[in-house]
Amino acid sequence: MPTNIGREGVRRMVAEGAQLVEVLPKEAFDEQHLPGAIHLALRKIEAGARATLDPERPVIVYCWDSA
Amino acid sequence: MYDYPAGKSDWMAAGLPTEGEAAGRPTAGTVARRDVPTCHLGESLRDVRERARAAGWDACVVVNEALIVMGLLRAEQLGREGDLTAESAMRPGPSTLRPHVPIAEVAEFMTEHDLPNAPVTTSGGELIGLLIREDVERAAHERPA
Repeated sequence: MPTNIGREGVRRMVAEGAQLVEVLPKEAFDEQHLPGAIHLALRKIEAGARATLDPERPVIVYCWDSA
Repeated sequence: MYDYPAGKSDWMAAGLPTEGEAAGRPTAGTVARRDVPTCHLGESLRDVRERARAAGWDACVVVNEALIVMGLLRAEQLGREGDLTAESAMRPGPSTLRPHVPIAEVAEFMTEHDLPNAPVTTSGGELIGLLIREDVERAAHERPA
């Protein structure tokens, strides 16, 4: 189960080297995303994560909001 | 694995930097005035009016303890006479906008509905600020092509 974190937690972890992953549609990512984030489509996230992410660094996943 | 459930909406609502094609363009969240006065449902309208006007405002957003927008007091409601509370004078459930909406869309919406001002909220209804139509039209006019 992922651990929920807030905005300040994101900022702190990213400053410490965490990887940010946006799982919204590519168009939404291209339009605007958090600094340094990469895009992984939700339905391909497992394969994409293996190919793209550094397994040694924490990963933070986000979408639009919790609604 | 970590999850940031409040997501991009929360990040942008806080005015933090973003990257991408639309980064830096004005949106409802960047143009909204965050110093808008707020009041609670049970407050005396007279007290609210005095406080708002002393701060240079002719509007006040009515919120609950969690800063969720309950209603809006525009100039017309704020100026009502009598022994009223904010709740009895307010416009309940006003039209609100999300912070990510591009300013051109905001301008169109406010013109279409003839709104002098409109609150910007998170998707959970928490107040971010108040859009003033003149600010919106100016920002929409100045936006890069």
